[in-house]
Amino acid sequence: MLQKRVIICLDVREGKTTKGIKFKGNVDLGDPVEMARAYYEDGVDELVFYDITASAEKRGIMIDVVRRVAEQIFIPFSVGGGLGSVEDMREVLLAGAEKISVNTQAVSNPGIIDSGAALFGNQCIVLGMDVARDVSSASGYRVYTHGGRTRTQLDALQWAREAEQRGAGEIVLNSIDADGTKEGYELNVTRMISEAVGIPVVASGGAGEPEHLARVFREGNADAALIASMVHYGKYTVAQIKSFLAARGIPVRTTV
Amino acid sequence: MKTGIVDYKAGNLRSVELALKYLAVDYVVADAPGLLEGVDRLIFPGVGEANSAMRVLEATGFDAYIRDFAASGKPLLGICLGCQILMNASDERDTRCLGVFPGEVRRFPARPGLKVPHMGWNQVYQRGRHPVFEGIPDGASFYFVHSYYVEPGAADIEIASTDYGGFFTSGVARDNVVAFQFHPEKSGELGLKLLANFFRL
Repeated sequence: MLQKRVIICLDVREGKTTKGIKFKGNVDLGDPVEMARAYYEDGVDELVFYDITASAEKRGIMIDVVRRVAEQIFIPFSVGGGLGSVEDMREVLLAGAEKISVNTQAVSNPGIIDSGAALFGNQCIVLGMDVARDVSSASGYRVYTHGGRTRTQLDALQWAREAEQRGAGEIVLNSIDADGTKEGYELNVTRMISEAVGIPVVASGGAGEPEHLARVFREGNADAALIASMVHYGKYTVAQIKSFLAARGIPVRTTV
Repeated sequence: MKTGIVDYKAGNLRSVELALKYLAVDYVVADAPGLLEGVDRLIFPGVGEANSAMRVLEATGFDAYIRDFAASGKPLLGICLGCQILMNASDERDTRCLGVFPGEVRRFPARPGLKVPHMGWNQVYQRGRHPVFEGIPDGASFYFVHSYYVEPGAADIEIASTDYGGFFTSGVARDNVVAFQFHPEKSGELGLKLLANFFRL
């Protein structure tokens, strides 16, 4: 049976991670490559690197991180943040990333999804979307851009469907309402989007406890769950989260 | 010992390359058969669409090269689209493939709750005990990303199967040729182990 994926997100600013102060003792704090390696060894299924800097002049630093990660991590990982053209995408993929994630860029220029999918394949193109509850939006959720700061005219459900039609191979759905609360994922929007599209949906925002992952897999129909602070600050290991999920009867990959 | 990687512009070969580098394997990435002189092992990877991939293989002469290599007795490893193209034909735009293995390539049926592509980690159950699985537990997880799967024309070539709304063949082998639907190069330590086993065949 296809297993539910546990994905760790690493925010990278100028080649350094912005979280991770209590991370394992033997790891160079703030080095995304070292952290990636440690999570890989701990059994994470996939990684996401989000380039906070996301400026053209600093792209090279991120590319170098991608290259070094790809040399020693043999699981899929994606890169997002400021990738606005197919040339940007190509550079990241050739450095060794499996997928690229577009968010704000896709809202301002939806054609980037089509051209990226045509050139590199649907499986390479991930749509990141930040959504918040909004009764004035058709599905009850509205899309925001620029890390949640800018309100758009897009309805969440409609945008997810459009992105799938344009060729996105996966959606990372981040709930602005749940993000940072550590009180659990937004189950309602996750289930709504996951059931409306035929591509995998990765739940994001709000994870604080292993139980939250169990619920978003069971009740939210998520295909994968993104986590960050619950592992970065040393509260849980990936292995602990996986064994919790396995004990709850959720199919997860276990490594020996 | 030198390994050739077939570059026919079907997807990103970087991760295959990096895995071989990590395993300290001497390799060459070739976009034309002429660059593969003296190669005694071949990796035929790929992600993408079968029809356009076949056209590139025909235009470059890789089609004949891969058939000959398969007949030569030297180890050949097909991965993902490479595995599919080793079959007789694919339903993906009705494509005639290389015919190294008997069988066809089918699309996962659209079904509620069954997302296509099949993407993520899934368990690989070993049928028979092929040496490429040496040291790898039965039912170990590997990474998949595909919308089509192979349907062998002969039962004895199946060496692995996986459950996605029913069992499908995730590995085939005959003599010196072995091929997988999943990506060993993205399947963590066990994927690397499988690749290392291929280099001992």
